[in-house]
Amino acid sequence: MTTPLLELSGLTKAYPGVVANSEVSFDIARGEVHALLGENGAGKSTLVKTIYGLVQPDAGHMRLDGKSFAPAEPRAARAAGVAMVFQHFSLFDAMSVAENVALGMENPPALNRLARQIREVSHSYGLPLDPDRIVGDLSAGERQRVEIVRCLLQEPRLLIMDEPTSVLTPQEVDILFETLRKLREEGVSILYISHKLEEIRTICDRATILRHGKVVGKCDPKTTAARDMAEQMVGATLATPSRSLGNTGEVVLELTGLSAPAPRAFGTALKDIDLTLRAGEVLGIGGVAGNGQDELAMALSGEMPVAQGMIRMKGREIGRDGVTARRCMGLLCAPEERMGHAAAPDMSLTENALLTAGPREDLVRHGFLRWGRAKSFAEKVIERFDVRTPGPGTAARALSGGNLQKFVIGREIMQRPEVLVVNQPTWGVDAAAAATIRQALLDLAEAGAAVIVISQDLDELMEISDRFAALNGGALSAPRPAEGLGIDEIGMMLGGAHDMTPAHGEG
Amino acid sequence: MIRLERRPEPSRAWTLATPFVAVALTMVAGGLMFAMLGKDPVEAIRTIFWDPLFGDFASYSRPQLLVKAGPLILIAIGLSLGFRAGIWNIGAEGQYILGAIFAAATGLAIYPAESWIVFPAMIVAGALGGILWAMIPALLKVRFGTNEVLVSLMLVYVAEALLASMSLGLLRNPEGMGFPGSRNLAQYPSAANLDLIPGTGMHWGVALALIAVIVGQVVMTRHQLGFRVRLAGQSPRAAVFGGVNPGWLIVVCMGISGGLAGLAGMFEVAGPAGRLSIDFNVGYGFTAIIVAFLGRLNPIGILLAGLLMALTYIGGELAQLQMNLPLAAIQMFQGMLLFFLLAIDLMTNFSFRFGRRATA
Repeated sequence: MTTPLLELSGLTKAYPGVVANSEVSFDIARGEVHALLGENGAGKSTLVKTIYGLVQPDAGHMRLDGKSFAPAEPRAARAAGVAMVFQHFSLFDAMSVAENVALGMENPPALNRLARQIREVSHSYGLPLDPDRIVGDLSAGERQRVEIVRCLLQEPRLLIMDEPTSVLTPQEVDILFETLRKLREEGVSILYISHKLEEIRTICDRATILRHGKVVGKCDPKTTAARDMAEQMVGATLATPSRSLGNTGEVVLELTGLSAPAPRAFGTALKDIDLTLRAGEVLGIGGVAGNGQDELAMALSGEMPVAQGMIRMKGREIGRDGVTARRCMGLLCAPEERMGHAAAPDMSLTENALLTAGPREDLVRHGFLRWGRAKSFAEKVIERFDVRTPGPGTAARALSGGNLQKFVIGREIMQRPEVLVVNQPTWGVDAAAAATIRQALLDLAEAGAAVIVISQDLDELMEISDRFAALNGGALSAPRPAEGLGIDEIGMMLGGAHDMTPAHGEG
Repeated sequence: MIRLERRPEPSRAWTLATPFVAVALTMVAGGLMFAMLGKDPVEAIRTIFWDPLFGDFASYSRPQLLVKAGPLILIAIGLSLGFRAGIWNIGAEGQYILGAIFAAATGLAIYPAESWIVFPAMIVAGALGGILWAMIPALLKVRFGTNEVLVSLMLVYVAEALLASMSLGLLRNPEGMGFPGSRNLAQYPSAANLDLIPGTGMHWGVALALIAVIVGQVVMTRHQLGFRVRLAGQSPRAAVFGGVNPGWLIVVCMGISGGLAGLAGMFEVAGPAGRLSIDFNVGYGFTAIIVAFLGRLNPIGILLAGLLMALTYIGGELAQLQMNLPLAAIQMFQGMLLFFLLAIDLMTNFSFRFGRRATA
């Protein structure tokens, strides 16, 4: 091996109050898939933004092809052959694939020529895409293809991928990995950011581990155990969530033919969902993003009331009841989006405690708020769930994602729910916080509550669920016992690869 | 290069300092404008801010301060509730007119019988008029998703036409020798809204405005309604998740703001104005929007902003009379106040960074 493609040496970047990167040095060889590992807040994003020209380092330098490389802006990075697929897509729902791709290019060719290029490139890399389709109609996996194809059209030498598999089914992950292998064969280097360790062991050649902004380890993921890598990331030994499999009790929640139209454009309609939930069980609901997860959560929380007779709790009909009435019955919910849905960003934690805990914790009397009680309830949540914050007076938006998530989940658990519905409970949360949250959910079930966990993280679902079901196009598969469920069966339940045919081996 | 950086938390210091900085900048910019018009800027600003309180004619203009500030504060308190919830009632002027029409009609229906019941009946009628007029945009928004800004604003012009029709037709003074306008309610003892302490301008409407400030403050800080209003304004999705019914909130907020605007109209028609006429409304409903924002949608702030705004009105009239300043210049001056307020308001949530792009 000659000079590496990209060398980073001594990169340091400080923000007021935190050092995001400190003396980070590693290199990426030509044609390798290099993993960048670390918890949330370990400095991965800052590092990647530095390479992509979004952030200028305070100290240190980079060399691309042995030549000094200091992109002042993403355009310069792209010109040098660096492309990036972001975790959050920047696509316009109402426009076609080709139009979306053109929007991200410096000098887009005529639309029909671009459409031909999209077709060629996407087929040759096994990610077939129809350039004329409207992005709003695409699945999450297909949207990611749009982003990837947009990058590939620039013929990059280094492709940065931030958490690329978080929105994919196992089958789609396989297709993506085929593509990455093909790119590697062509000499393209890939910087792969993820905290799914098994994936990294499958696809990556080398790994660099960050913690608190510093490189704390380098390893060959193919020969290192996932557990060892995780412990290097966290800097501590990890406890596996544990529970004594309790016996499930009587039926607490029944869904009968639950159907509802899509609440907004490009939303998903719920189709005829039947489900019986017993006290003490954890039901995992998997599925690719956008298959009705949000809608199901909203139908259960009461934000989207449904027709009479579709939802029963402990024998009582609650389909038309509002949020507060359901909360009083003991049906609590923690939505996926923390900022602006589960919590009001500009409000303090005390106020955010009032957001949902008013009726059950007696925080409101005769319409008047009982600030003292609200504050002490918020303090209890903060203490019990180890939320790192100066105090309950802090605005929610000042908390890190993981801390706010602990607060949001903790707020519901501390209200002693009989049924708890959580949507993506550990999304974007670091490994230690995720373990805390999972354990809390298991403890809750053990104490006799029924828990529904909606998640796209299959490993998480397999770890904590008693039964598993999948959402596909707004319909729910029949739940099956999670134990012994193979990855292929899960894939089938998720709806295969969503009619996305891999084109590998066709040329 | 100057860049804006979002603060992790809203700055408390700037929240308090904003109105003062805005007033100071308005004085500087306004002074420049007056100087360019060939007037002495110091004298102009003194005429606007000082003379109404302590000048030669202060004994006349001081009571006017409360008379003008009362309706502004009363309406602005109601509006601020909706504004905080993201419900934009721009039609307080129309609700104010309807309150006056309802109240005047009630009083005139009983005329000339004297009874203690007349005044309270007019208060109820005035509030009802404002509420009913505000329910039109509210219910249309809840039922059909129409834009309350447009509907409430358009209804101001309908209300003005109704006012003209009433002053010329149904409610015209039969003894008015054909002149448009109703009987003078201020001369009808049972209906008159007179000064509680003679010569101060302190009438029932002003008293109610002060009560509204206190109630408003309690509701915003201690009551569930205030919490729901703030929640709905800051994060609508979180509000729904928190159990707020958006339609219910629209009806309540529009109802309260319409009711208070109607009451302001009632107290005006029974007191300072005395009678319904074609030019009865002088823009309190619109100015109250400025007052609400100048007071940062906070009841205590609105109290101060209402007094300040009334001062610039009275001082502006004085400046027109004494210095021959054109009306447009006075309106420019009042516009500047809102402009600087909104511009400086940015500092609450953002901080300036000077220098080259070093971070991103």
